[in-house]
Parts: sequence; structure tokens; C-alpha cells
Amino acid sequence: MMNGIIDLGIWQMLSAYIFVLIVVWIVWSRRIGREKEILISAVRMTVQLIAVGYILAYIFEHASPIYTFAALAVMEIFAVYNAYQRIKVKLNTRLRKIIAVSLVLGTMGSLLFFVLGVVRVKPWYNPQYFIPLGGMIIGNSMTGITLGTDRVLDGMRTRKEQIEMALMLGATPKMAAKQIGDSAFETAILPTVNQMMGMGIVFLPGMMTGQILSGTSPLTAIEYQIAIMLGILGSVSLSVILFVIWSYRAFFNERAQLVDD
Amino acid sequence: MFEIRGLKYKNILDIEYLDIPDKKITCIVGESGSGKTTLLRHLNNLISPDSGQILYKGVDIESMNPIILRRQVVMAPQTPVVFPGNVRYNLTIGLMFSEKPMVNDDVLKRWMDLVHLNKALDEDTDKFSGGEKQRLCLARILVLEPEVLLLDEPSSALDEGTEHLVVNNIVTYAKDAAKIVVMVTHSKSVAQRYGDVIVTVDKGRISDMEKKEGAI
Repeated sequence: MMNGIIDLGIWQMLSAYIFVLIVVWIVWSRRIGREKEILISAVRMTVQLIAVGYILAYIFEHASPIYTFAALAVMEIFAVYNAYQRIKVKLNTRLRKIIAVSLVLGTMGSLLFFVLGVVRVKPWYNPQYFIPLGGMIIGNSMTGITLGTDRVLDGMRTRKEQIEMALMLGATPKMAAKQIGDSAFETAILPTVNQMMGMGIVFLPGMMTGQILSGTSPLTAIEYQIAIMLGILGSVSLSVILFVIWSYRAFFNERAQLVDD
Repeated sequence: MFEIRGLKYKNILDIEYLDIPDKKITCIVGESGSGKTTLLRHLNNLISPDSGQILYKGVDIESMNPIILRRQVVMAPQTPVVFPGNVRYNLTIGLMFSEKPMVNDDVLKRWMDLVHLNKALDEDTDKFSGGEKQRLCLARILVLEPEVLLLDEPSSALDEGTEHLVVNNIVTYAKDAAKIVVMVTHSKSVAQRYGDVIVTVDKGRISDMEKKEGAI
């Protein structure tokens, strides 16, 4: 029974849309007033995924290191910009740079280790592995660094008195900001930790579900799932630790004084 | 000990000349908003002047390592800052920050007695009153035994009776141990009673300087 997945034909896809239309009709008839958003998001999702499907098919057929890394670069750039937008506070150039560098180094380090060291794909740039695994690692790390940054910025504002008190007691900026960095790290990895806690019991993770649907044995699917979760944990941690280590400097000047913005 | 020459900071301070003597109690008085706290924050380099110089033991503090300076010139701010944790943690956190050796409970108790803080070392600090927090913060900087104590309104949250007890004890200790105290206070009576030198700040300028008989 471990054969390939049923390819959905055009009529089957259309019947999935009919289902959405029924939902929209229910929403409309009950005057909830969100039918426009549902339709727009469904159409956007369709267009985006079709485009991505063709791009990926092309890249997989013409596998080369250039295409693989170009795709990863696009993902990284998107992730960095998305992180900027999701952080509520206005960021200065220095913090923007720190976010970008931490995210790229943390994710690429983990991804390279994971794909080349753990999965050991052949050829080494194999886009079939690099791109989907990269997407998961980069996406999760983006969420982590967004949460971490919010926490650091919030802490620097609300705990200004404590930081200055620490400086008055002879602390280095690093010591003075340590508690804020620690709590930012905790906040950033919490979603990943929670996800791992509930995994397999509360829900079946997306990648594993996808592999099972495509005919992979559940035992192989869990191997990949375990490995990718460890990869995500490593990448989120690494990105946020780099961010915390570098970011506190942005709040102090060379005289170890708190910078007023 | 501190020599201030031509200090200018924003529109807040404009001090042509001020000397703060060694081993003495200097009180800084003046109306609120006159720049007293800003002056104090210059002495431990928590802020830097826009122009002019501050010398500590003859050395421009801008050329010193600010961390090393702040380990000798320790400040207690007007609003007491308590770190989440018990009394012992709050008293010893300064030793951690300034990388000084830990002291035992007896020593901590002695400093608590000096500021009339009658609490157990294991007691949590989150329900402390304003006055208790203030005394905790004073004890915390005394534990460090720095050369210079910068006190910003050290008794603002204390009732008058406790105020005199605590300030009197700190001043007596400072004299015995040959420490320097620079104290910002709104209380004329505190300044008159304990200050060897009383500096009056008015709109960022030194408007009066009174040296007590035999003080210098």
C-alpha cells in the first residue's frame, strides 16, 4: 500500500473550491461579514502556491548550487523583512543589521549542519532537501527572533531603572542587560519547546503528515520529523543567542552609559 | 577629590568651578529641577558633559574606564530600585556586579542595622514599603564600601525621625572610615546638620557655597 499519492485532477481541485464557496455562503447568510477576506485569501494562496510549485519544479529539474542558494537567499530576505514588520517598535539601523546578521547566520549554520551533516544529501546542494527544510528552519527562526527582539526592546524600556541601577553598582553593560537577554531567549524558544512537548500527542506535524500522505512509511517520516525539530530548536536558539549577544551593545555607548533614544 | 571645570550639559547645568573635598560630607541643595541629580550623575559618569571637565583624584573621568570609576564612586538613586528576590540577593547584587568577594550574613546584618532595616535576609522584598526599599538600597551600596557615596535624596521616603537616624549613622560611618559623601537633599535641616560643605544649585548654576567652620 506504500505507493504514491493520488494526483488531484482539475475537477477534484474545483470541488475543493466548491467547499470554500459553501463556507462563504454560510458566512454571508449569517451576516458575519468576512466573506471578502476568505475569498481573497483563498485566491491569493492559490496563485502563490501555483507560482511556487512551478518555480520549485523548475529548480528541482535544473538542480544546481546557484539555484539552491538563490532560493535560500530569497527566503532569508523575506524572513528578515517580515521580522522587521512584525516588530512593533521602530528599529534603528544598528538593530536592523543585528537582526539580519543573527537570523542569517543562525539559520544557515543550522541548515548546513542539518542537510550536510545529518541527512547527508547527494548531490550536496540537492534542492529537494535544502529548500523545504530551509523554509521550516528559517520560518521558525523568524518567529523566534521576532519574539526575542520584542522582548529585548520592551525590557530595555520598562526596566531602564534596573539597568541604570546595575550600572551604578559597577556592572558592565553586559551584566546589566543579562536578565533581559535571558528572558528574551526564554520567550523566543517557548513556541518551539511547546511544539515539541505536544508533538505526536496533540497534533501530527505538517512535514510528517505530508510525507505520510505521499506514501512514506511513518517510521521514516518520524525520523525526519525528529531531526528537523532538533534542527529548528538549534536554529531558533542560535539566532536568538546571537541577537542577544550583539543587541545589548546597541543600547549603550562607549562610556557604558544607557543611550537615550 | 572632584574638581569640576567649566561643565556644561544641555540647558541643565552650567558650572564654572566646583571642588568637592576629600573625606568630607558635601550636601547639594536647591529647588527641584535645578540640576542637582544631573550633577550627581556626572560624578559617576552615568552621563558625560557636553563640554568641560570633571577630575577625580586629578584624572579626567572621561579618560578613565567608566566601570572602574563606578566601582569606586557608587550612587544610590532617588527612586529605590529593588531587584526581584529576597533581601540577601538585593544586598549582595552589587558585589556581583562589581565583581567583589561575597560577604557573610553577619556583615550584611551589620549594614542593615546601620540603616535601621529590621528584616530577615530571606524575606522577599516585593511587599516592602517605600521607606524600606530606600533603606535596602542604601545598605546595598554600603556593603560595597566604596570610596565615594553619591546619595540622591537618601531620606526622601523616610519619616523625619528615621531620616535623622539613618543619615546620622551613614555620616558617622563615612567620617570614621574616611569616605566621601556627596548627598543631594531637599532638606535644609539635613544639610545644615551634616554637611561640611553645602552647595546650592540654582537653575543649573552654583549660586552659593558654604564651608563650615573647621570643615576644610
